[in-house]
Amino acid sequence: MNIYTRRRIANSVVMTLSVAATAFGLLWLVLVLWTLLENGVAAITPALFSQMTPPPGSAGGLLNAIFGSVVMTLIATLIGTPTGILAGTFLAEYSRGSRFGEVVRFINDILLSAPSIIVGLFVYEIVVVPMGHFSAWAGAVALAIIVIPVVVRTTEDMLNLVPNALREAASALGSPKWKVIVMVSYRAAIQGMVTGIMLAVARIAGETAPLLFTALNNQFWSTDLNAPMANLPVVIFQFAMSPYADWQTLAWGGALLITLTVLFLNIGARALASWSTFKQ
Amino acid sequence: MSQTQTAVRLVMPIAPSAPDVRDPKSMPKQKAVIRNVDFFYDRFQALKNINLPLHDKRVTAFIGPSGCGKSTLLRILNRIYELYPGQRATGEVLVDGENILAPGLDLNLLRARIGMVFQRPTPFPMSIHDNIAFGIRLYERLPRSELDDRVESALRRAALWDEVKDKLRQSGLGLSGGQQQRLCIARAVAVQPEILLLDEPASALDPLSTQRIEELIAELKADYTIAIVTHNMQQAARSSDYTAFMYLGELIEFDETERIFTHPKEKHTEDYITGRFG
Repeated sequence: MNIYTRRRIANSVVMTLSVAATAFGLLWLVLVLWTLLENGVAAITPALFSQMTPPPGSAGGLLNAIFGSVVMTLIATLIGTPTGILAGTFLAEYSRGSRFGEVVRFINDILLSAPSIIVGLFVYEIVVVPMGHFSAWAGAVALAIIVIPVVVRTTEDMLNLVPNALREAASALGSPKWKVIVMVSYRAAIQGMVTGIMLAVARIAGETAPLLFTALNNQFWSTDLNAPMANLPVVIFQFAMSPYADWQTLAWGGALLITLTVLFLNIGARALASWSTFKQ
Repeated sequence: MSQTQTAVRLVMPIAPSAPDVRDPKSMPKQKAVIRNVDFFYDRFQALKNINLPLHDKRVTAFIGPSGCGKSTLLRILNRIYELYPGQRATGEVLVDGENILAPGLDLNLLRARIGMVFQRPTPFPMSIHDNIAFGIRLYERLPRSELDDRVESALRRAALWDEVKDKLRQSGLGLSGGQQQRLCIARAVAVQPEILLLDEPASALDPLSTQRIEELIAELKADYTIAIVTHNMQQAARSSDYTAFMYLGELIEFDETERIFTHPKEKHTEDYITGRFG
């Protein structure tokens, strides 16, 4: 067997294995999505968006949970995004080569992969215990702590992709550093940074563990941020574990809703990454 | 020998009898003087005791093989190297008598006085108009119409106006490489610097764009003191008045371009310009 034939065979073997591995991964994803669609579509009704979570045995929807999820995700994003962007800016623009920067980056990476239940317990200790009760604020803070490392990481990565030549060119015009960052680096990196934020939002939209210890849940409509607040992940958790068929249906509906939201956020992030007014 | 002469002839016609006596009074005034300058990348010494004048409203070319320190020297003149920790220069660079290497000097103001154009075009991710206006807005607060005038005149100076006047609001990234580089020159000129530093401004461009840049340099030297780093010997010969030949971090020879390319004093210089090494 000559070397060429051998390489062709090796090539086919590797390709077959790669395709098989991809198919294996995709299979589960498709099965999950299919099960979700099969069971969830029936629950997507106007009532889902207009009625509160019901007691077992009566009709209802998920309005309070949807509202709670949106509010807490929004607050978490509002807290986490500026913090994350500023910290990422510090790492990429100000701390180059410094020991302190390396330490911050390392810690951020740990935070990035920390189990979210730890974050929940942490916020329980520093917010819920002193306040004496569960609250939407605590939930938002827990989610913000999950947002921050994601945004720090993407911001830093995206700013690192901005060529130094651009910074030099702006500095060479006599531009102070903050203006170089805001006017040039951010502009060049904005798509990637926004993509990072959207991915962070997608991530917290489905987080359950940190909310269990913080926002808990609420059977009723509540807009009080100092009180426990309903939210989709915990409601799904509670309803799916219950023996009641109508609760289970609502849980399927909620799960489908979150999945679709995350899907659209991801699609939006991708679209944003490829779209640009400044591309030719 | 005949090969040497052919090479030189290609570069420029040899003056039949170059006047050997130079009248110091006819020499232009010195805009900047580089005095005993050493430069270090951490512990590595990249420049050794450089002494060199930049004559007012003249073009000075820095030539030499890769790694000789010519770009490093250029980057000292606006202290752009200070963006990176671990790089430092010692000695003096006097611009109109003021030592710009002095500590405590405002680097932003310095860089507004000494413009720079880089090897690769670096348009900012914004419109053509805003690319030019960026530098102007840093130090001047102009009414809109005046700002537009300044943008136009800068683009005209850089011979780019006619090509972009109908798309000023479009991104600067949409221009060709040669246009982008002229945009960068326009941007540097727009802030009305005293000295213009060009770091191999045409090396990434095609011959036609290169020619346009060279024509531009010839026009700009009426108003600016220009220092240009180039790998291209013909370009140095064509567009500069003075040439500094550098090798391994040292200034080997500095003289009028004509003399460097016709009667270099140093054997090393002659070898380099005739292509025997480098």
